[in-house]
Amino acid sequence: MAEPASVAAESLAGSRARAARTVLGQVVLPGEELLLPEQEDAEGPGGAVERPLSLNARACSRVRVVCGPGLRRCGDRLLVTKCGRLRHKEPGSGSGGGVYWVDSQQKRYVPVKGDHVIGIVTAKSGDIFKVDVGGSEPASLSYLSFEGATKRNRPNVQVGDLIYGQFVVANKDMEPEMVCIDSCGRANGMGVIGQDGLLFKVTLGLIRKLLAPDCEIIQEVGKLYPLEIVFGMNGRIWVKAKTIQQTLILANILEACEHMTSDQRKQIFSRLAES
Amino acid sequence: MEEETHTDAKIRAENGTGSSPRGPGCSLRHFACEQNLLSRPDGSASFLQGDTSVLAGVYGPAEVKVSKEIFNKATLEVILRPKIGLPGVAEKSRERLIRNTCEAVVLGTLHPRTSITVVLQVVSDAGSLLACCLNAACMALVDAGVPMRALFCGVACALDSDGTLVLDPTSKQEKARAVLTFALDSVERKLLMSSTKGLYSDTELQQCLAAAQAASQHVFRFYRESLQRRYSKS
Repeated sequence: MAEPASVAAESLAGSRARAARTVLGQVVLPGEELLLPEQEDAEGPGGAVERPLSLNARACSRVRVVCGPGLRRCGDRLLVTKCGRLRHKEPGSGSGGGVYWVDSQQKRYVPVKGDHVIGIVTAKSGDIFKVDVGGSEPASLSYLSFEGATKRNRPNVQVGDLIYGQFVVANKDMEPEMVCIDSCGRANGMGVIGQDGLLFKVTLGLIRKLLAPDCEIIQEVGKLYPLEIVFGMNGRIWVKAKTIQQTLILANILEACEHMTSDQRKQIFSRLAES
Repeated sequence: MEEETHTDAKIRAENGTGSSPRGPGCSLRHFACEQNLLSRPDGSASFLQGDTSVLAGVYGPAEVKVSKEIFNKATLEVILRPKIGLPGVAEKSRERLIRNTCEAVVLGTLHPRTSITVVLQVVSDAGSLLACCLNAACMALVDAGVPMRALFCGVACALDSDGTLVLDPTSKQEKARAVLTFALDSVERKLLMSSTKGLYSDTELQQCLAAAQAASQHVFRFYRESLQRRYSKS
């Protein structure tokens, strides 16, 4: 399979950093280094290129690129730390060179500020609830972080309840904190999730796929049965339909969606719609 | 749930360095790797090298006991279970070698006060066990999405009494004068860990290391192909 002559060439090729633009959409492995657009000119001929020194006070032509999940800054290059497909998003309006990130498939959730998640209340200690969100530490939720909660009017939250909230503090050094109100003080759909229904776990990649705009799966599922559904970015989905059987069917469909192609999915939906 | 990537990787690598009497064409055995086969761990992989097979599962970053937590990086634990019997001192020493290799490569500072646990189960042992364990651990860490600064692989070689170098030795070939196992990283093929047993000279060590570095390219190419196949399905 490998010719001896190409072995030496490949050892050189493996260590050379590639331009990020040329690798978009391809699978990248941990350890690879990527060059940002404005550095390619200097690296092109493979050596130091002399550029004319500009004497007028022009703003530095460096573009600000945001390094998303799966990438780290390493000097003036990007180091890939997770395996997945490299993606890029153009900046919305003017400033910056956009965002680069690696789309990887993972099961374990790491808390990120601003994410909406479903948590399970595991303990009540004084004024704080401890909520399990699937990360390395339970998050803390203050009883005042609910809509209309005051010291006299405490929310009705018991151990074992499901909570839909968002993180306000989530970094590697501190314990994550979540709240069930938005910045205006309104619940906006967050809070304790009602009775019945089924909570199940899926991979993080599937949640992102389902929450992408114009996701066909959700539209098709909505046409099947009337249902209530809550997606947590930590891989948890809560679903409730009129009967237990319908709830279980929906849960099985959503879990299986990850591995089915769209044709198989349409077949299953049409079969269910008939029965 | 199973994403199988059985790649036939029977490779011949000609060793271009050195002039000591060695058979031409050191070959690695057939590789196979399967990822995401267990439902409970966050990442899992099964790695086959010829008849040697190791199953690895990774849990993390997860909760850690206060007595074991490190304030500025993740606590890495490796558990190696032999095929039969209780784990003994040999397993403990291999666990430590694998842990040191993983710690050099995993970006633990991104997840302080957490634990990352790698559990390895020997399914069958037919030579080069430590190298197979290292490969399985690397694939499982990648499957779990643990941030790493490079990939690593394990390559074993055996030195015969007449100086013949055999890469990826079977159990019979391991009864040689010396057996050397190296862990190499993917960025610059640097040496991360070496574990040697037996009698060998300084030049022979350098030759083995060079042969292992050449062989590691094939292992990394196999990693790349199997990961590309996995992501091409989604």
